[in-house]
Amino acid sequence: MSSSDLTTVRPMGAGEEERFAASAEVSSAQQVHAAPTTSAPSRVSILLGSIGFGAIFLLAWQFVPPALGIPPYIIPTVTDLAHEFTRMLARENLLVHLLSTVTIAIAGFVIGSVLGAGLGYLLGMSVFVEKVLSPYILGLQIAPKVAFAPLFIMWLGYNSWPKLIVTILVVFFPILVNVLQSMKTMDRDLINLARAYSMNRMQIFWKIEMPASMPALMAGLRIGATLAVIGVTVGELVGGNTGLGYLITFGEGQANTAMVFDAIVLLTAVGIVLYAAVAIIEARVLHYIPRALR
Amino acid sequence: MLKTASVLDLIAVTKRFTAPDGVSPLTAIERITFCVRPGEFVAVVGPSGCGKSTILNLVAGLDRPNEGRILLNQVLVEGPNPTVGFMLQKDLLLPWRKIIHNVEFGLEARSISRSERRERALRELQRCRLQEFAESYPYQLSGGMRQRAALARTLAIEPAIVLLDEPFSSLDAQTKLVLQKSFARTIASSAITTLLITHDLMEAVIMSDRILVMSERPGRIIEEIPVDLPDRDDPMARISAPRSRDYVDHLLASLHLQDKAA
Repeated sequence: MSSSDLTTVRPMGAGEEERFAASAEVSSAQQVHAAPTTSAPSRVSILLGSIGFGAIFLLAWQFVPPALGIPPYIIPTVTDLAHEFTRMLARENLLVHLLSTVTIAIAGFVIGSVLGAGLGYLLGMSVFVEKVLSPYILGLQIAPKVAFAPLFIMWLGYNSWPKLIVTILVVFFPILVNVLQSMKTMDRDLINLARAYSMNRMQIFWKIEMPASMPALMAGLRIGATLAVIGVTVGELVGGNTGLGYLITFGEGQANTAMVFDAIVLLTAVGIVLYAAVAIIEARVLHYIPRALR
Repeated sequence: MLKTASVLDLIAVTKRFTAPDGVSPLTAIERITFCVRPGEFVAVVGPSGCGKSTILNLVAGLDRPNEGRILLNQVLVEGPNPTVGFMLQKDLLLPWRKIIHNVEFGLEARSISRSERRERALRELQRCRLQEFAESYPYQLSGGMRQRAALARTLAIEPAIVLLDEPFSSLDAQTKLVLQKSFARTIASSAITTLLITHDLMEAVIMSDRILVMSERPGRIIEEIPVDLPDRDDPMARISAPRSRDYVDHLLASLHLQDKAA
């Protein structure tokens, strides 16, 4: 329909015109959210492909190294790993180690997230303090946090605290930086809108800034979830006698390659579970963002 | 001059900004004087950068003039004022809120009960013909519907004056026409006092009672044109009226746009 047609709809009744307008608007709204219909592979075939790839990989792991004459103490086979896993469960208190790692990873992740987000919001609300502290924050962000682990062990001893503190520290910064960044790039017009409606500073924070920062916070939490496992692992590698990281050094000392592999697999699984938990929370919190754009 | 109490008065208002170099001040608008009477629809047109949006920020109380006074219902504007509603090119809907809660947003700084807030929001949605989308999220609406929701939010606070800063300029030509009509109907039926800032000369002609033409920076009012056309509540009727074209031609001449093209 050309624009000249639009201008000549005068004789049409007002009601009809409104309906035309409404249907035009609704159809354009639907268009935006219609699923792409290009010949994308179906979900089932993607899933089958992924499973197939994993199966081929495991089969290759099982049969290729022995065929090449690589001994099991260099690359143990998949069945070696399974045997070692049941042995660790029975003889090495594997569940205790696993539980210790999971507890510290979750505690460190939660505490680090709360502190990082909290400081991010505080700095975001004070331009002055943020400017004063920003070079130090940048410096600390670049410093390899895991390298602090030996220091914490010297200060606090061979217990859970150094591991927890390292985990908190590695989780803290990406979340702080993400939250701070979103506070600094907040839409001025939204803030002005709230100001025009006579909202005070705290109302602007709770009604605009906090919810608007959620995508950035969630992105920070995703990064933090993966880093939490790294933090706790380094803490356990360096000091202590519990946790999956400890089992890695212990297995290394005994030249038990399968034990090291198993511990790595379990650490990865812990990381995946933590990441998936964050992804589920994110999907709930950010439900208002259309999926295609996420 | 007939003196009916005006809703908005700007009296010799000047606003200067510090230039990026930090030394020479930049005069955005200079000695602007005009008034808007109750129920009147006034449009401000001018070249880009002439300080149109500065006027809006000053009236909304988000910024202070360096000289001159701004009166709202005869009271000096000294800060954000709950009786001013403003709307920008961006709809500024909060994406995490349902439409109904977006409309309630402006009322949340006030001490009114939750149920009354909801009631008023629903009434505004009805007035803007969006009641069936109350429980939708902004991303589920088209651009035109989102602007109507923004108008509902603006009207919910029952403002003494509504400031519209190019509210249609990000829409496609057809949606724009439909929305101009929709806005005109809503505004006319409730006799809402409106100040429209626009660079679209035809839009100014088809929607307003009076047009203020501004010069390039420093922005001054160089002409005031009463629009003597019927059907202010129906821009589509005005757009096809031959005399609308005459007004646009006059505005073109007034802004010297012909010379610039040459």
